[in-house]
Amino acid sequence: MTIKNFYNEMTDEAGRVRPHYASYANWLSEMPEERLSQKRAEADALFHRYGITFAVYGENAGTERLIPFDIIPRIIPASEWQTLAAGLRQRVKALNLFIRDIYHDQDILKSGTIPAEQVLNNAQYRRVMQGVDVARDIYAHIAGVDVVRAGAGEYYVLEDNLRVPSGVSYMLENRKMMMRLFPRLFSRYKVAPVDRYPDMLLNMLRSVAPTGVSDPTVVVMTPGAYNSAYFEHAFLAQQMGVELVEGQDMFVKDEQVFMRTTQGPQRVDVIYRRVDDDFLDPLAFRQDSVLGVPGILGAYQAGRVTVTNAIGSGVADDKSIYPYVPEMIRFYLGEEPILHNVPTFMCRKKDDLAYVLDHLAELVVKEVHGAGGYGMLVGPAATRAEIEDFRKILEAHPERYIAQPTLALSACPTFVEAGIAPRHIDLRPFVLSGEEIQLIPGGLTRVALREGSLVVNSSQGGGTKDTWVLEA
Amino acid sequence: MLSRTADHLYWMARYMERAENIARMLDVNYRMSLMPQSQVQEDQAWAATLRIMALEGAFHERYAEITADNVLDFMIFDESNPSSIRRCLLAARENAHAVRGTLTSELWETTNGTWLKMRDFTREEFQDVGAGEFFEWVKYRSHLSRGVTIGTMLQDDALRFIRIGTFLERADNTARILDVKYQILLPAGEVEGGAADYYQWSALLRSVSAFEVYRKVYRDLITPARVAELMLLRVDMPRSMARCLKEVYSNLQRIRNAQSAETERQAGELEAQLRFGRIEDIVRGGLHTYTMRLLDRVQELGNRIADDFLVPVS
Repeated sequence: MTIKNFYNEMTDEAGRVRPHYASYANWLSEMPEERLSQKRAEADALFHRYGITFAVYGENAGTERLIPFDIIPRIIPASEWQTLAAGLRQRVKALNLFIRDIYHDQDILKSGTIPAEQVLNNAQYRRVMQGVDVARDIYAHIAGVDVVRAGAGEYYVLEDNLRVPSGVSYMLENRKMMMRLFPRLFSRYKVAPVDRYPDMLLNMLRSVAPTGVSDPTVVVMTPGAYNSAYFEHAFLAQQMGVELVEGQDMFVKDEQVFMRTTQGPQRVDVIYRRVDDDFLDPLAFRQDSVLGVPGILGAYQAGRVTVTNAIGSGVADDKSIYPYVPEMIRFYLGEEPILHNVPTFMCRKKDDLAYVLDHLAELVVKEVHGAGGYGMLVGPAATRAEIEDFRKILEAHPERYIAQPTLALSACPTFVEAGIAPRHIDLRPFVLSGEEIQLIPGGLTRVALREGSLVVNSSQGGGTKDTWVLEA
Repeated sequence: MLSRTADHLYWMARYMERAENIARMLDVNYRMSLMPQSQVQEDQAWAATLRIMALEGAFHERYAEITADNVLDFMIFDESNPSSIRRCLLAARENAHAVRGTLTSELWETTNGTWLKMRDFTREEFQDVGAGEFFEWVKYRSHLSRGVTIGTMLQDDALRFIRIGTFLERADNTARILDVKYQILLPAGEVEGGAADYYQWSALLRSVSAFEVYRKVYRDLITPARVAELMLLRVDMPRSMARCLKEVYSNLQRIRNAQSAETERQAGELEAQLRFGRIEDIVRGGLHTYTMRLLDRVQELGNRIADDFLVPVS
């Protein structure tokens, strides 16, 4: 499949280099390709040595792979970023209000803006959270919102990741790597720094401690060293100077969470968990979970510990709720959404389903609860047989799917085997909500390394790039 | 600090130290095998190495006979042998990986880098570079990780658990090396002295980096009793039992918790016994008996430390 009419980040339709890429293009034209190859090899070796890897499921236990790092940066001009940032703040603010609402008064459901059964029957809706007050009324403390650019260069939000979004460590490591490989490039550009993210994160986490705790103990909770994002969990704990705990390191006594230390039990006030709701508390959720802490939900409901992101946040990033986010913004904030939503067909609706079945070859069909680029159909890239197979699945369970037009994701020059060529990209900025909503100018740019591919997920052959937001 | 974190740090240090000590033990045999000696002596020396590690059974399950090549293969590359250098470096790395956030990035990179090199190291390469150079590499990487530990880690409990791991492991290994070599080199009734002896004893000293130290301290002929004294009682000798226990004791004092008093007392008692011990008394009572008792107590100390600090307290 070849996507035509995509937006090229570096050049315009006439092939002229865009102003914010001019200096980089100059520099690149003077760089021999062997030297680029050499730099790329150097980057690979360094990532290996640092152990910046992700574990792969389904292969040999303990297998670790590098996420390919591309040495050509993605550059975002200051003015573009300002709009993007304002749009992200607006969106996350509304999402937080939405989550609070659906676990309390349910105004938005009563108003009929969103069908109640869409929310209340959602597998991610946690009844145990009804009426529970959380610190500062914040639920989605850390949001990783996936943003793409379509044909004319306009930004669309593809997905709001509000459960345990990952990738921020790569944002930070990619910048470090670029500064190490090409220090002089940074004198040509005023690139907004990203390295204070861990400080921002720690401040945010401390700001949402339970009421009455003046010097909160913050921990990062990981499923363990074999989790695919373990590197990031360890990295963030280290950068913030807090303990990296597993479920087995904690216990609950009298509705208070403690961790086991060499000096005896120590109280825990804020848990930045990278464990899904389902595994958090075997007493409340999945009983077979060995990753969780029995009784943690009770402590949480009693307001004795803060869990970030809040239990039950996942309902708001569900693909079946996504189409309603613009309505949420209007409902709670009385504002028009700054960022576009991708037009979405909900296959549970009869008309939408009919349209989707007629246009399978043009659409991207996604599983409502899916993640990681699995269980989806990319119509234009699929064979006739694949489409027919998918049609059967879709007809059997239409409520499990949504469909969207195939977006011509923007492309950025990328150093691949064949030399420098455009490859499709997306962007995941990280939005922190505590006392205020903050975001670091930047994010993780993922790139689909295979020619023509639109799937940027690292589990499906995607790579990453350093993301430069220019200072005004 | 988390008990689990402390546990990983402690074992990371133990495995790294163990890899180094195994390299040292193999190296001393390897050097001796280059000297004129009978085949019987050589085979005996390799068998003794397996005995030091209590690995004779496991070895015979996999190899028909004790030869230099077989023992080296088993102790360096064998994946099924938990004490092979390869497995030790992997275990050190896995423990480091589990707490990489607690380590400085330099220490993590050093530990990870050592494993990556070992992982890719083939038997053919081993033939090329030779055993001597390989053992030097292992020792060098262990020195490096210790240096990086001391040079970059904050002097807090994390460092103390690492140090306790290092010195408990070293104490164990020093006692084992001395015990086995003593039995081989000095069978009952044999007279001391002679050229062969000199080489054998100096090789033993070199295996614990103590040859130059010996010269400096004694400025005299190498005698078995002095070698034993150096390895057991000299507190200024970095690989001696006295030194190891002094380090364990002083680090234990700094991490003490509500239940560790008895462990601390036992460590102190052992340390004092070594500090005030006299080699004449030890030799008179039998060196083997003495080191065996010592080994038991070191092991007991390790168990107590695990109970007090590493196994979760709730």
